[in-house]
Amino acid sequence: MNRAAIDVWVGVFVAAGLAGLLFLALKVGNLASFSTSPTYQVQAKFANIGGLKIRAPIKSAGVVVGRVSNVSFDNVTYEAVVTLNLDSQYQFPRDTSAKILTSGLLGEQYIGLDAGGDSEMLKQGERLRLTQSAVVLENLISQFLFNKAAEDKEAKDKK
Amino acid sequence: MSNAAIVEIEHLSFGYDAARPVLRDVSLTMPNGKVVGIMGQSGCGKTTLLRIIGGARRPDRGSARVLGTRVNGLHGRDLYALRRKMGMLFQFGALFTDMTAFDNVAFPMREHTDLPEELIDDLVLMKLEAVGLRGAARLTPAELSGGMARRVALARAIALDPQLILYDEPFTALDPISFGAIARLIRRLNDSLGATSVIVSHDVKECLDIVDYMYFMSAGEIVAHGTPDEMRASADPFVGQFVRGEGDGPIPFHYPAMAFGEDLELSAAHA
Amino acid sequence: MPDRGSAGALRRIFGRLGESVTERLWRLGFAARFFGYMLLHSGTALRRFQLTAREIYFAGVLSLIIILVSGLFVGMVLGLQGYDTLQRYGSSEALGILVALSLVRELGPVVAGLLFASRAGSAITAEIGLMKATEQIAAMEMMAVDPIARVVAPRFWGGVISMPLLAALFSAMGIFGGYLVGVQLIGVDEGAFWSQMQASVDVREDILNGVIKSVVFGIAVTWIAVFEGYDAQPTAEGVSSATTRTVVTSSLAILALDFVLTALMFTGGNAR
Repeated sequence: MNRAAIDVWVGVFVAAGLAGLLFLALKVGNLASFSTSPTYQVQAKFANIGGLKIRAPIKSAGVVVGRVSNVSFDNVTYEAVVTLNLDSQYQFPRDTSAKILTSGLLGEQYIGLDAGGDSEMLKQGERLRLTQSAVVLENLISQFLFNKAAEDKEAKDKK
Repeated sequence: MSNAAIVEIEHLSFGYDAARPVLRDVSLTMPNGKVVGIMGQSGCGKTTLLRIIGGARRPDRGSARVLGTRVNGLHGRDLYALRRKMGMLFQFGALFTDMTAFDNVAFPMREHTDLPEELIDDLVLMKLEAVGLRGAARLTPAELSGGMARRVALARAIALDPQLILYDEPFTALDPISFGAIARLIRRLNDSLGATSVIVSHDVKECLDIVDYMYFMSAGEIVAHGTPDEMRASADPFVGQFVRGEGDGPIPFHYPAMAFGEDLELSAAHA
Repeated sequence: MPDRGSAGALRRIFGRLGESVTERLWRLGFAARFFGYMLLHSGTALRRFQLTAREIYFAGVLSLIIILVSGLFVGMVLGLQGYDTLQRYGSSEALGILVALSLVRELGPVVAGLLFASRAGSAITAEIGLMKATEQIAAMEMMAVDPIARVVAPRFWGGVISMPLLAALFSAMGIFGGYLVGVQLIGVDEGAFWSQMQASVDVREDILNGVIKSVVFGIAVTWIAVFEGYDAQPTAEGVSSATTRTVVTSSLAILALDFVLTALMFTGGNAR
């Protein structure tokens, strides 16, 4: 094999390998959607974040508008403080509310944003005022049982 | 300077492991411009001596000086600097199998000099011409016969015009014509380059014809030395056995063993 | 020290065990020094890139066929088996995720690594071992050319560069194979196949980690291959046993490293 032929084949090989990597990154992974666009951070406090993880999606109207970048605990108010990394091209009013929702019935949890009506938009570092915590399954069940017990008691009292 | 010894070995001792010494207190010198032969049976230590001269092995005791420098203390860059003045022909040529004959001879030039390709081209062709293989320059070692490969390796060994050329059993497995060709080349190249050559071999007749001086070794020691004429006329039984190729003499035919009768009787007892 | 009877036999057994352990440890130390020396003297291999390019050809390009074909078949099998299991839970649309994650995280680097070890690794060991047996290495040293810089280092870098590219091509081919079987053959929805895959395969966590794995495997396999070749006994049996050792040791190393890397990469995250 002479030098020129080897060089050509090596070039083809490296190009093919890089193309394979690119294919994986773009067509298979989620590179195409979100990585280097500028973002801004806002915070939100929740009584309970349930199973929310870092890098969980933040969706508004079902569209991913950002990712959770940090989760920490406020030792004074005993609440969870979640840092939201929002794509700069999406501006939200200051009275937007954040809810922790579950994907499907038992899927992973994400933050859903409901836009408010304020004319002023959220800026870097500001905090969302209105939040709704995650639904914890155990609380739901005990609530259901409690309600059921209360209904039964009412029905019995009425008789 | 021209009469100084190129190689000086003093009281050299060496063994691959402590129990079996391969070289015992060997001392010899090789004067400038001469072809020196080191002969002996297989396993007498002559190849090891060659390796020590080339710096591939370090002796346990004693010293080896090449071109005035002590070889056994060198490593790395200094050793490589000394080796550039040496050329070595390995037993079966040791040509690089993935390159053509041309590239093999060009290898030392390309690695160690900054000469432009056109100049290297001419030099390689000159070296190959000297060994008679300019026409085979584009062949790979697989396409060369044993004798031809040996000659290409010789051209490679002299590529940088070394001052000391080492030959490790250069005549092994060669047909008579190639044999004679290599022997004449060794002599001619040595004289035209003004170099010193050391031949390690057990081909007595050919060596006696081309060397200026001869050392005979047995079991790690030098047992005889002299000019070829002195050797041919020598009364030493060892030299005599070697020169005449006799089966039995100072070097016994039988490997040490117990008496034959006892050995047989022992087998009979087991039967 | 007892020499006869059972005590002697025990002593001999433990002696031999200790001997083989110490020998392996010594060899490992030697291999580590060899690795360090090779890295230090890699200048030639990287400056005269022609040498390394030649090795990329022999290690990478010549392994392409086996990598691509194996990748295709592995992907197709994943498609078949994956569909069979997923459709029992009504989740056949997750086939894309299954195929992609299995390949990118694990099968790509590991299987490509094993194939690379047996094809390219054994070839490298045999080549260097034969050069040693035919005194080409010694000849190079006598010509004042460092054989580690000239012969070993280019082969090492050639292998390290080839391995991640081969792993990526294996994964890509596998996903294509899974697509062929899942979408074209079985009839899983094409849109769901790709979109669910894209939603779940993260570039940083999955793909990048897979690439890191393949780089680590490349370093391990090529290091073992060049070392075994360089350290081989210069005889026919020596070279052949060195070649076998390369394949066996590389395979075990890949599987062990895979466990360590997977534990670090894919479960450490959940502990947060």
